[in-house]
Amino acid sequence: MNPFVLALKSLRNRKFTVGLTVVSIALSVTLLLGVERIRSEAQTSFTNTIAGTDLIVGARTSPVQLMLSSVFGLSDTTNNIGWESYEALSEHPGIAWTIPISLGDTHAGYRVAGTTNAYLDHFQYGRKQSLRIKEGRWFADKKGAVLGAEVAEKLGYRVGSDIVAAHGSGDVSFIEHDEHPFRVAGILERTGTQVDRTIFISLSGIDAIHAGMDPAGDHGHDPLAAHADMEHRHREEFHDSSRPNARHDDHHLQGHEPSAITAFYIGLKSRSAALSVQRMINEYKGEPLTAVLPAVALQELWGIVGIVEKALLAVSGFVVVVGLSGMLVAIMTGLNERRREMAILRSVGARPLHVFSLIVGEAGFVTLVGISAGITLLYTLLLTAQPLIASRFGLFIGIGGLSAYELALMGIVCLAGFVIGIIPGYRIYRFSLADGMTVKV
Amino acid sequence: MNAFAQFFTAQQALRPRGLEVAAATENVIDINNLQFAWRNNAAPVLDIDNLRVERGQRLFIEGPSGSGKSTLLSLLAGVIAPQKGTVSVRGRRVDALSGAQRDRFRADHIGFIFQMFNLIPYLSLAENVALPCRFSQRRRQKAQSQSGGLEKEALRLLTLLGLADPGLLKRPVTDLSVGQQQRVAAARALIGSPEVLIADEPTSSLDAAHREAFIRLLFEECAKAQSTLIFVSHDTSLAPLFDQVIRLPEINRAGRRLERSGNPVTAGMPVSDIGRKEVTK
Repeated sequence: MNPFVLALKSLRNRKFTVGLTVVSIALSVTLLLGVERIRSEAQTSFTNTIAGTDLIVGARTSPVQLMLSSVFGLSDTTNNIGWESYEALSEHPGIAWTIPISLGDTHAGYRVAGTTNAYLDHFQYGRKQSLRIKEGRWFADKKGAVLGAEVAEKLGYRVGSDIVAAHGSGDVSFIEHDEHPFRVAGILERTGTQVDRTIFISLSGIDAIHAGMDPAGDHGHDPLAAHADMEHRHREEFHDSSRPNARHDDHHLQGHEPSAITAFYIGLKSRSAALSVQRMINEYKGEPLTAVLPAVALQELWGIVGIVEKALLAVSGFVVVVGLSGMLVAIMTGLNERRREMAILRSVGARPLHVFSLIVGEAGFVTLVGISAGITLLYTLLLTAQPLIASRFGLFIGIGGLSAYELALMGIVCLAGFVIGIIPGYRIYRFSLADGMTVKV
Repeated sequence: MNAFAQFFTAQQALRPRGLEVAAATENVIDINNLQFAWRNNAAPVLDIDNLRVERGQRLFIEGPSGSGKSTLLSLLAGVIAPQKGTVSVRGRRVDALSGAQRDRFRADHIGFIFQMFNLIPYLSLAENVALPCRFSQRRRQKAQSQSGGLEKEALRLLTLLGLADPGLLKRPVTDLSVGQQQRVAAARALIGSPEVLIADEPTSSLDAAHREAFIRLLFEECAKAQSTLIFVSHDTSLAPLFDQVIRLPEINRAGRRLERSGNPVTAGMPVSDIGRKEVTK
């Protein structure tokens, strides 16, 4: 009989133990693929955070620090860039566009970023996708705010809602700028990037929050800042009246000049100029600045984060080894009982090689079934958990087919299953040579 | 012991080679100068000068445990090969075949019945019976030409052996009584009409009433298939039913040596067990 059919019937006879083995292999495969999937998606999402931007400029700091603060909002900014420097640099003939960004405020734990229309026009993420507005429109005045998809969803804001910015990073803020309510002008489509967790307001809006505070933008948490509140209101009026244009300037936000910004993104006319513009900025005489190439800095950053992911993958690899060892144990324990079966097969003409391939085939088959079950389980989990992961961790996991790397992983697991089968296979082969037909159970 | 004298000649065969081949065609089994030891430098457990069985005969081999009965059967079936001497079955020198050829030869020409636990638990009754045809094209063809189909032939044999009850056929083989299991094993050994049927104590797990009925069934079927039956048992009460009876200790000089040396340990142990321990280490 075809050894495969025999192996199949034999397996059916031992459904329970075989089922357990399949489950343990399936779970380990799911874990391995799941970790790999999250790892690669995290990396993709990480590198997709920003695209189409050729340079990011901030006050003199390390490239990684600048990326963390300006793109990921993970670190507090230290220094700002003077508005004059920004304007002077923007005029460089090689530069096509710039996006000024002013950071340092949070609202309910979400980052507040002051920027201009340029953000909507030029910011790109993923595969050079531009931002799209889902509801409403981009803010048109200093009281207007545009929300990332997650912010709107989590905080339950709609177009027209009033929001209040809080000063400083973190969930708890010491200073609530209640006197400067912002109104939601628009909500962005989900991007799967940091943008989803950001509230965009105008640069003048940021200024309005901080008017009366240290204009250099030293955004420390000063508990005494409450004292400034009274003065604050007064200074705002003063601030507005001091600029005759400001009052009716709401539709020309770029015309409003803040004293400083945190960073700005640069799009070049020609990519090849990136290095020379970077050098020019790094050597800028006006103030110490750092310009980074996002792709290079992202790679550097991933080098740091990636170690954890690799360790995770290694651990799940070991889980697969444990799963396969479980199968080995199950087959080995059943082997003695099956010596009789093998002797019968030998008596009707089965060769020792038949007997060997019966066991190896069984191990390989169980592994294959385990892998298939594991992949099925993975996709079931992905389908159910995808919205959850997207909303909880902002990590959008694509449910595509298996990648070449994942297929290679499965190939290795499958091969390992067969190779492991060789151990009991060889043992039963030796048994069948030695026992012949004389086993008397 | 007339039969014994008739078929077993203790004298050395001194005939020229050409004649030996001619003689082999009438003898289904022809053993000459056979020596077998489980290890190369160990004392032989089998040392047989000469053993011949004619076609269609029913041979009874008896001997106590450890006298080498199972080893002799393994040699005849080509599971193991002797260190010295020749074993011919149907004129083929089994000892000269390669391992794979011996397996093939066994599948084609030999039906085997064990003492007990003959059946593969996860196969149905009919599948168990048809099993040898999966490994031997020759027996498959014979079985098919007999009844026009493998399944049909299996059912025909089961019917002959009184196991054709449809309710019985659907049950797992492990549900059958020992007697029924042995009859299924007999059907399996008979399918595709192998020339030689080897039964290793097939009745020792049956009670006296079933024992004789089983043997008679076996005889009938062997006669129909013109198969030679080699029946091994330590139960001498069955011997009168057979054409020919051999007491293994009488022809096995190795056994006699063991008895003479009186080694109580090895003499008392089943030979195959001694061997297995050595080999599986």
